Amino acid sequence: MSANEIKHAGLNLGDTDELTHGQAGSAVFGFWVFLMSDAVIFALLFATYGVMLPATVGGPTPASEYKILSAFLETLTLLTSSFTFGMVSVAMKHGASRRQLLSWMGVTLVLGAAFLGMELHDFTTMFGDGAYPTRSGYLSSFFALVPLHGLHVFFGSVWIIVMMVQVMTFGLDARVKINILRLSLFWHFLDIVWIAIFSVVYLQGLIR
Amino acid sequence: MSGPNDSKRDEIRSYAIGYCVALALTGAAFAAVHWPSFASTTTLAIVLGLAVVQTVVHFRFFLHISLRKSARDDLQLILFSMLIVILMVSGTLVILFNLRARMM
Amino acid sequence: MMTQGIWPAVLGRFDWHALPFVRAWENPTASEIIGAGAALLVIIGAVVVVVLITRLGKWRYLWSEWLTSLDHKKIGIMYIVLAFVMLSRALIEAVLIRMQQAAAIDNAGFIAPDHFAQLFSTHGSIMIFFMAMPFLVGLINYVMPLQIGSRDVAFPLLNSISLWLTGGAAGLMMVSLVIGEFSTGGWSGYPPYTELAFSPGVGPDYWIWAVTLGSIGSTLTGINFAVTVYKMRCPGMYLMRMPLFVWTSLCTSILMIFAMPALTVATALLALDRYLGFHFFTNDLGGNMMNYANLFWLFGHPEVYILILPAFGVYSEVVSTFSTKQLYGYTSLVLATMAIALLSFTVWVHHFFTMGQNADINAVFGIATMTIGVPTGVKIYDWIWTMFRGQVRFTVPMLYSLAFMMTFVLGGFTGILLAFPPLDYLVHNTLFLVAHFHNMLIPGLLYGMLAGYHYWFPKAFGFRLNEKWGRISFACWVVGFYIAFMPLYVLGAAGVARRTQGMFDPIFRPWFYLAGVGALILVAALGALFVQLWVSIRERDANGVFAGDPWDGRGLEWSTSAPPPEYNYACIPRVHGRDPFFDAKRRDDPYAPPASYDAIELPKSSMTGPMIGVVGAATAFGLVWHMWWLTIIGVLAIIATVIARSFARHVHQIFPPDEVKRTERRWLRAVAEATPTSREVEMTSVNQGVAEVSS
Repeated sequence: MSANEIKHAGLNLGDTDELTHGQAGSAVFGFWVFLMSDAVIFALLFATYGVMLPATVGGPTPASEYKILSAFLETLTLLTSSFTFGMVSVAMKHGASRRQLLSWMGVTLVLGAAFLGMELHDFTTMFGDGAYPTRSGYLSSFFALVPLHGLHVFFGSVWIIVMMVQVMTFGLDARVKINILRLSLFWHFLDIVWIAIFSVVYLQGLIR
Repeated sequence: MSGPNDSKRDEIRSYAIGYCVALALTGAAFAAVHWPSFASTTTLAIVLGLAVVQTVVHFRFFLHISLRKSARDDLQLILFSMLIVILMVSGTLVILFNLRARMM
Repeated sequence: MMTQGIWPAVLGRFDWHALPFVRAWENPTASEIIGAGAALLVIIGAVVVVVLITRLGKWRYLWSEWLTSLDHKKIGIMYIVLAFVMLSRALIEAVLIRMQQAAAIDNAGFIAPDHFAQLFSTHGSIMIFFMAMPFLVGLINYVMPLQIGSRDVAFPLLNSISLWLTGGAAGLMMVSLVIGEFSTGGWSGYPPYTELAFSPGVGPDYWIWAVTLGSIGSTLTGINFAVTVYKMRCPGMYLMRMPLFVWTSLCTSILMIFAMPALTVATALLALDRYLGFHFFTNDLGGNMMNYANLFWLFGHPEVYILILPAFGVYSEVVSTFSTKQLYGYTSLVLATMAIALLSFTVWVHHFFTMGQNADINAVFGIATMTIGVPTGVKIYDWIWTMFRGQVRFTVPMLYSLAFMMTFVLGGFTGILLAFPPLDYLVHNTLFLVAHFHNMLIPGLLYGMLAGYHYWFPKAFGFRLNEKWGRISFACWVVGFYIAFMPLYVLGAAGVARRTQGMFDPIFRPWFYLAGVGALILVAALGALFVQLWVSIRERDANGVFAGDPWDGRGLEWSTSAPPPEYNYACIPRVHGRDPFFDAKRRDDPYAPPASYDAIELPKSSMTGPMIGVVGAATAFGLVWHMWWLTIIGVLAIIATVIARSFARHVHQIFPPDEVKRTERRWLRAVAEATPTSREVEMTSVNQGVAEVSS
């Protein structure tokens, strides 16, 4: 088998680590399949959100609750974290120093935490306005969809911490590499889900 | 660009291009809503259109999905997933909005 | 007493009346006594199993060789054992349902309405999620890796986790018999009836969490199988050379991956409504209960094909083997399988034609539904042409296949009727529908699974099942089915609603009596299966087929010993056609030993699976009873387990070449010593697992 043959598409280790690259084939493909299954969950929550959008029952509406500035800042944060995770992948693939790898992971983690902080702040503001999930069908569907993405980001952040510890404990052995690959897929995937959220939820709700 | 033989420089450049394009698309979408200059349905169409383009950009530059032959397994998976998602989402919306219209 | 002090925090909403014994003591009606008896049976069963294992001193063996095993073969067998246990319970419930309806004409009967509703809810939930799913997953687990020439599935640990999630969920179903009660909302759990406003008890919560755990397990299984088929095939096993059973496994896995999430979303949103006061499906504040029907059937219809496709795969294998003929129309069967899988995502609305959407939408979905009949018809013809001019041997699996073809086509006809929206309006929610889907699933799932069980049992355990008892059981399954369900068509067409606890019109009585007799025959069929197993184990020495090929098999799975060694194949096989082993037997010596043996690396056993399954079930139990401490501990324990496991290294065991060589030598000696069997006597003790080949 030639080193140039790609065992799995998308992110890969290429010929910088042929052995791990070979093992990564089914591991990474399996994670892709999992992500697609997860995507169906998000898709159905989007559909539910669409169905329930008119069900405001005289309560808060999208236009009254969403703030374009905070949505924009959250988007920027997450997008930047996607780029910094890209740098993690590059550092891993091209054998950068462990310190460089860990610092890019650290930056991503901080950005993820910042995103979560802003999102929590949004939710508390909404709660303060009386926009809580038990108020109407519309708010129920909002609070099922957007916090689920937040929960994914939270677990992604926990995963980053675990991987940082593993890099420090094991160095870059095959399993660590494969798991960082999977984590990067997860992180970029969450950013794609966020594109749908800021477009369909926030921007659609704010269109005048 | 996403091949196994890329140099580190090329890869960083690819991420940077993706980041800049994504930034521009995001900015355009937010601008279209913040400074409305079209009818609301047109604005919505623009926002959703930009979202689709940005999704493609993310797949291309961050997830390195391309149309090259050796990457077809994952591409097929993604396309099939999209087909199912479109079926499910559009079906749900059509049926339940139809029901809603008839109940009103 | 339990409403004071610290007790509410510890026990949640549990009180003594949650125990069926207390209820039966205070209110000794037949209905309550049956409930208490069932609970007692669960407890006695558990105690007997524990005592028996302890007396035999088998705990260590059970734990290290089975419960923690990551071997796909053992996991497959455990799934099937689970399926048989759950089948027994759900079949008894079916009999109770039939007896009640037969007794309750112009009469209260002996089962109270609420208890009756629990019976049909558990019967449906168990048969779908804890009988059918484990059975087919178990069969795929056992057979598919062998058929593609692999040593295991792609993710052995995930496989064990899936098993244990399913097992934990099934355990939750059993616990609901002893502590509390089950949902009265049917297997589909439609809100708003299952909302807090109408069902405040623990029943729907048991249903929600059992189904959710099971569906997460199935999603993971689907991912695992799909990746296995994509990435783990042996050299030469191109996609268009894969056995049909592998194809149907692949399509079923893809359906699981994309359909199970819809169920997870539906149950999760219902849980949000019930636990946190959200308004997804409530009557007030903008809830939309029809979205539940929509989400549920987005899962529910693909689920039908998740259940049926593996059986189609089994029939393809069985018909071809027992006709000693190449499968007719291989390509068309593959394409039909794919077409069915895709179309299954486009027909979900036919489960709620009567919702109130306009006629155009119904017409679209009605036509899509009828379209599925086309690829299915293609398959039936392919199987018939496979038998044509073949040497057909009427073994038990073959008998099931034939009964399937007749019965399934009949059910298909009534399906075409139901696909026609105006007609569906007339028989919607009647026993006609009940008769229809039993008419599809009993031949389309159960017969297929039983055919597979008889067909591959010798491979898994090294001896054939008793033929006579197999035939008795087969006769009972078929006769029982017709007597139990044909009357339901009549009753449904006459307008009897499904899930009715009592009726008034005496004209229905004879039909219900007849159906009741049919149900009893079905119980006899299950009994005969158990007798068969008992008899076969006792006669195992006479019917041994250690050499591994009792039926002149065609696929790779027959080219290794029975049971296969833990690593399946000493050397990974290389494939040159669609029937590799069948051709190899006719071309050269398929039992030629290789020049040398290499060391083989396989995953070690792991207690991660049992941990996650048991803790997952405990977490769910805490959620059902509002014992929040248990839920919180459970969730944290699961996260900790996953993280701890990610730190584990040295997770493989090595089989040294010497050991592999010894194992292989022993098997090859048995092959050499066995007398080749001709097909005429393959059902007798002459059969030692080597086929006589006339070239």
